[in-house]
Amino acid sequence: MDIPFLIATAIKIGVFLGVTLTFVSVCVIFERRFSAIIQDRVGPNRTMIPLSILGFKKDVALPIGGLTQPMADGLKFILKEDFTPDYVRKFFFWLAPCMTMVPALVTMAVVPFGSPMEIGGQIIPMAVADLNVGPLFIFAIASLSVYGITLAGWSSNSKYPFFGGVRSCAQMISYEIALGLSIVPILMFFETLNLGHIIEYQVNNGWLLLPLWGEGLSFHRVLLMIPLGISFFIFTTSIFAETNRMPFDLPECETELVGGYHTEYSSMKFALFFLGEYAAMIIGSALIVTLFFGGWSIGFGLDNLLPIGAWWVSLLHIGVFLTKVTLFCLFFILVRWTIPRFRYDQLMNLGWIVFFEAALINVIIMALMLAYPYQPVASGIGAVLLIIATVVLIKIAKSVLQKPNALGSV
Amino acid sequence: MATIKVTRPKLTAGEKIYFGSIFKGMIVTLKHAYRSLRGKSVGSKELASSGLGITMQYPEQKWDEHLPEYYRGVPALVTDEQDRERCVSCQLCEFICPPKAIKITPGEIPNKDEWAHVEKRPQSFDIDMIRCIYCGMCEEVCPEQAIYLRPDYVVTGNSRSDMVHDKERLYEIGGKRVGLVNKWNKLK
Repeated sequence: MDIPFLIATAIKIGVFLGVTLTFVSVCVIFERRFSAIIQDRVGPNRTMIPLSILGFKKDVALPIGGLTQPMADGLKFILKEDFTPDYVRKFFFWLAPCMTMVPALVTMAVVPFGSPMEIGGQIIPMAVADLNVGPLFIFAIASLSVYGITLAGWSSNSKYPFFGGVRSCAQMISYEIALGLSIVPILMFFETLNLGHIIEYQVNNGWLLLPLWGEGLSFHRVLLMIPLGISFFIFTTSIFAETNRMPFDLPECETELVGGYHTEYSSMKFALFFLGEYAAMIIGSALIVTLFFGGWSIGFGLDNLLPIGAWWVSLLHIGVFLTKVTLFCLFFILVRWTIPRFRYDQLMNLGWIVFFEAALINVIIMALMLAYPYQPVASGIGAVLLIIATVVLIKIAKSVLQKPNALGSV
Repeated sequence: MATIKVTRPKLTAGEKIYFGSIFKGMIVTLKHAYRSLRGKSVGSKELASSGLGITMQYPEQKWDEHLPEYYRGVPALVTDEQDRERCVSCQLCEFICPPKAIKITPGEIPNKDEWAHVEKRPQSFDIDMIRCIYCGMCEEVCPEQAIYLRPDYVVTGNSRSDMVHDKERLYEIGGKRVGLVNKWNKLK
């Protein structure tokens, strides 16, 4: 442990934590404005900086279009009464919001925000921790946030939050499987678990879902788009379920559960849930961008023209990364305001019967495709077996999904 | 009673997978977003939109010219053609007012006054607009046609006392109202 390393890490932690938290508030205002224009409304556009509390005579409306709305929201949360009902289990009631927010922020540690920066002859990776097990670390920590929600539901000692907690628990555990399996083909393709190396590969050989330069133009790579596309689809949908975002926000579905697991929470404790949810959404977007859309790379081979290691290139790459993440957050928001909520049994069927099987089959498809150039005969036999297995699986899934006939009906 | 057997519609494979309709839905929402950004949402012209969606930016833009004739806003006192206060402070409105928003202090008209034969007019007439529920009972009950619900609706103030309309303010809102029964007018 040398001193410059420690200093650099401390700075990175501070900056990236700040960036993530700022991003949360940006996401909140985006969510409100974007949902507004989708519904032909205006949204919050009037919040301004009250110059009068700074000593000025009059409040002047600066033309910022309500960008300070998150600040006002945050201030509201802080100033609200922090009410703890006396029937709750106090310790866990206080613990739960932290346990929702902290995992979401910790996972940000392994995501590379930009290309490595060279300072004083030392190459500093733009991730807080340049781990060799990046995605696994993210899954391990992100699944901890289910504890927060479950504890919140249980410790509230009230029925609706309890339902919310139980639902969330079941949902997150179910989709964790699809999430983990859907990423296996990608890791088989990259042959590494280091997110930094994954991005470097994409810089040189085309983004995973946009192979338009480098080795990406080969026919083999185009064929590989099939399993990778399925992976992307399952992964994105499972991220929606993992972050409790809209088509799958059963844990807090207000038509059935009042407010879900955070019904009994108020003030800053509620804000922490809110923050955790949005932070999870951001980390989900960051992960999708890193794995499928080249992370911080500008793409089209332009990155190799830039002097790697210069500070301004690093900053440029950070900007590119954040832009991509913003676009994905907008996609999340668009989905939320488009798709109606699933019913709970539909959600479970989708997770266990459709995505779990599809992800499993997808892993084998990927393996066969990767093996084909070296073992044509064996992979051909494998393909036939896979087709048979798939047909059988679909049959089983159909019989499971079929509802038993009611008595008396034909 | 006849039993109606409802058969569920047979879905095609595409409808069962339903991802196509999700993308269709996204196109619909994006179209809405695009239209409202350009200020061309459906109905934005009829609703006098401010340019984003179909919403009107309230304090700057107002709906006043679209208000219907029969719109009933704040209650106010009116005068007749000869600028006489129509109110004779009978206090019927004060007694009927469901939320007890009206407070009248009756007063006599001095003998020298032109309208001495009317005998009474209010010394003070306060309507607490925080309490008023705009029910129109006062207008209904008034035997002198002196109180009317006017089309004004913007009642704002920084304190509770700002929200109390006194006699002066009530006549200012009400103004002159002609063409009513004039039983106190000796000319006939």
